Amino acid sequence: MTLLQNDHISEIRDGKRVIVKKPELLAPAGNLEKLKIAVHYGADAVFIGGQEFGLRSNAGNFSIEEIHEGVEFAKKYGARIYVTTNIFAHNDNMDGLEDYLRALENAGAAGIIVADPLIIETSKKVAPKLEIHLSTQQSLSNWKAVQYWKEEGLQRVVLARETGAEEIKLMKEKVDIEIESFVHGAMCIAYSGRCVLSNHMTARDSNRGGCCQSCRWDYDLYAVEDGESKPLFDKGDEAFAMSPKDLKLIESIPKIIELGIDSLKVEGRMKSIHYVATVVSVYRKVIDAYCADPDHFKIKREWLEELDKCANRETASSYFEGEPGYEQQMFGVHGKQTKFDFVGMVLDYDEETKMVTLQQRNYFKPGDEVEFFGPEIENFTVVINEVWDEDGESLDAARHPLQIVRFKCEHKLYPHNMMRKEMR
Amino acid sequence: MKKPELLVTPQSIAHVKALIQAGADAFLIGEQQFGLRLAGEFTIEQVAEATTLIHDAGKKVYVAMNAIFHNDRVDGLAPYMRKLAKIGVDGIVFGDPAVIIAKREAEVDIPLHWSPETIATNWFQANYWGKRGATRAVLARELSMEEIIEIKENAEVEIQVQVHGMTCMFQSKRPLLGHYFMYEGKAMEVENRKSARNMYLYDKERNSRYPIYEDLNGTHIYSPNDMCIIDELDELFEAEIDAFKIEGVLQSEEYVVTVTECYRKAIDAYAESPDTYFDIKEELLAKIEEIQPELRPLDTGFFFKETVY
Repeated sequence: MTLLQNDHISEIRDGKRVIVKKPELLAPAGNLEKLKIAVHYGADAVFIGGQEFGLRSNAGNFSIEEIHEGVEFAKKYGARIYVTTNIFAHNDNMDGLEDYLRALENAGAAGIIVADPLIIETSKKVAPKLEIHLSTQQSLSNWKAVQYWKEEGLQRVVLARETGAEEIKLMKEKVDIEIESFVHGAMCIAYSGRCVLSNHMTARDSNRGGCCQSCRWDYDLYAVEDGESKPLFDKGDEAFAMSPKDLKLIESIPKIIELGIDSLKVEGRMKSIHYVATVVSVYRKVIDAYCADPDHFKIKREWLEELDKCANRETASSYFEGEPGYEQQMFGVHGKQTKFDFVGMVLDYDEETKMVTLQQRNYFKPGDEVEFFGPEIENFTVVINEVWDEDGESLDAARHPLQIVRFKCEHKLYPHNMMRKEMR
Repeated sequence: MKKPELLVTPQSIAHVKALIQAGADAFLIGEQQFGLRLAGEFTIEQVAEATTLIHDAGKKVYVAMNAIFHNDRVDGLAPYMRKLAKIGVDGIVFGDPAVIIAKREAEVDIPLHWSPETIATNWFQANYWGKRGATRAVLARELSMEEIIEIKENAEVEIQVQVHGMTCMFQSKRPLLGHYFMYEGKAMEVENRKSARNMYLYDKERNSRYPIYEDLNGTHIYSPNDMCIIDELDELFEAEIDAFKIEGVLQSEEYVVTVTECYRKAIDAYAESPDTYFDIKEELLAKIEEIQPELRPLDTGFFFKETVY
């Protein structure tokens, strides 16, 4: 086998092995603020939805002007913006596609994430500067299909969530194309694109953004025997459920990097800013630490704990480490509250007076123990003393959303650092 | 009028014979190693046997290679296609583009039918796959009558539409029934039910029953109703849709034979004159209603239903 460019992953420098092919960390953003936070917290690229042709019709979506602003912001950090245009179009969705793709190109988007050949071919024709990345909606699961899309001129493919490390390895060996793979977030239990439960149950088209997550509902399982329906559950059994645990591959990052996977994708355009910041910052640290010294890398317990602070479901490795068993599904649970709440965003810090200016994002009060985190600081925990409003009035609690408040903090803080509070 | 081809899904060699008698024009067969959600399993030897029967009757046979393939199965695609070419089947049904690559490797000349199910939603895609070797596009079942007709008007390939039977609404690679039983500590159930085709999920809120089973390709969940538009075919005839499919998965052989006879009559009647069809269509519907299983209500699929997003 000839050595592909892709295969050059590490080399020895000054007697020490380092990773020279550092993968892209790709984060989701449902609005401009989340995009900026994702980039600020270390994402190399961010994927967003425009107002047309994307799935997640009820996620926050970007206008062309907002996409332009996002691109300009990301540019300052050397980060790229991809726009999801991954519906399977019906005839009446075809109008306006050319103008829309041209507008994305003009707004400076680096690429689009696409499933429908209609959009692939139209983009090649009218917006040739846009990279084309095949969406996971095409359920790409084998190397010959990867070969097909390579021949079609695509720069990158996003694999089906059902592909494992061994499969990806072979794809990388056989085809010289960028591979993007999910590392974190909620997942479909069905092959993406091959589920129309929502169409049947709620008359909403899942392949045009109308998915209502019927797969997360409870059902009762019966069998028909001699014309009679018989329950296949006993009293006290949990209902039949298909809900998968969320994907979390933080501990597989070394293997992912050594496989030469080009882009590591975090799922969740609908997720909170706290989720985006937390997940991005932890994966950033792990990728950087591994690439700097792969042979002495050890995952730190604090990274794993940090990631759990924004989780609202149990997590699992899904297909990456082999076929997932029943323990990678949830029965009788329907998600839970996150352990921590995002309660404030740092706007400013005065080093002389030690005064932090903060925008309230959730209720907190003097006496609360809170944790600060951000790309410039090591996490730390403090108890909040007196809190003042903008006019210097002392407050018994920060009650109002987006209210500007001040309090003293001995540790240095930076704008966009976040304050979270453990839920008890 | 050009008569649409009446395509059926036999479950056995005997069923092929009965369906030839019932008036089917074309047959979709195969095995789960390559094909998805087939009504019956046909080994390569049985494909050969069925093809002889079907060709002797002057009918066509298509073989399903429409699974979502993983690496472990793609090396088998080209050899299988060579065998099919030798047998002389009339078409291969595919969804995964790996089949296009494999066909090139196999150096065979068999028409391809593009059938990725849920994602075949517009005419551009039909023509796109047409340029890459498909002679027919099998449309998603979630389209409206209006959308189907607009696709046909713009298509450069043949268009196939399902007119009867249940439709798959979900495929997971995971063995979801097995996982449920294992979670409940009922390992015996798993062993006993591996090949069972009699289970359904009950949705209390909608009072709906969704058939569910597992096979080599994962877990499949089906629509709560059987689509039946035997009395609503006139627009499809007028649009000159090329093929009507009767999906016979999870139905009895006898049921599929009767339904095939009914659609045969409908097609022949309309070819004679639209009025002949209008005169008998209620009768044909009544005949199907008579044999319809109690837990499987009939409906008209998405032909006349509005979907939002």
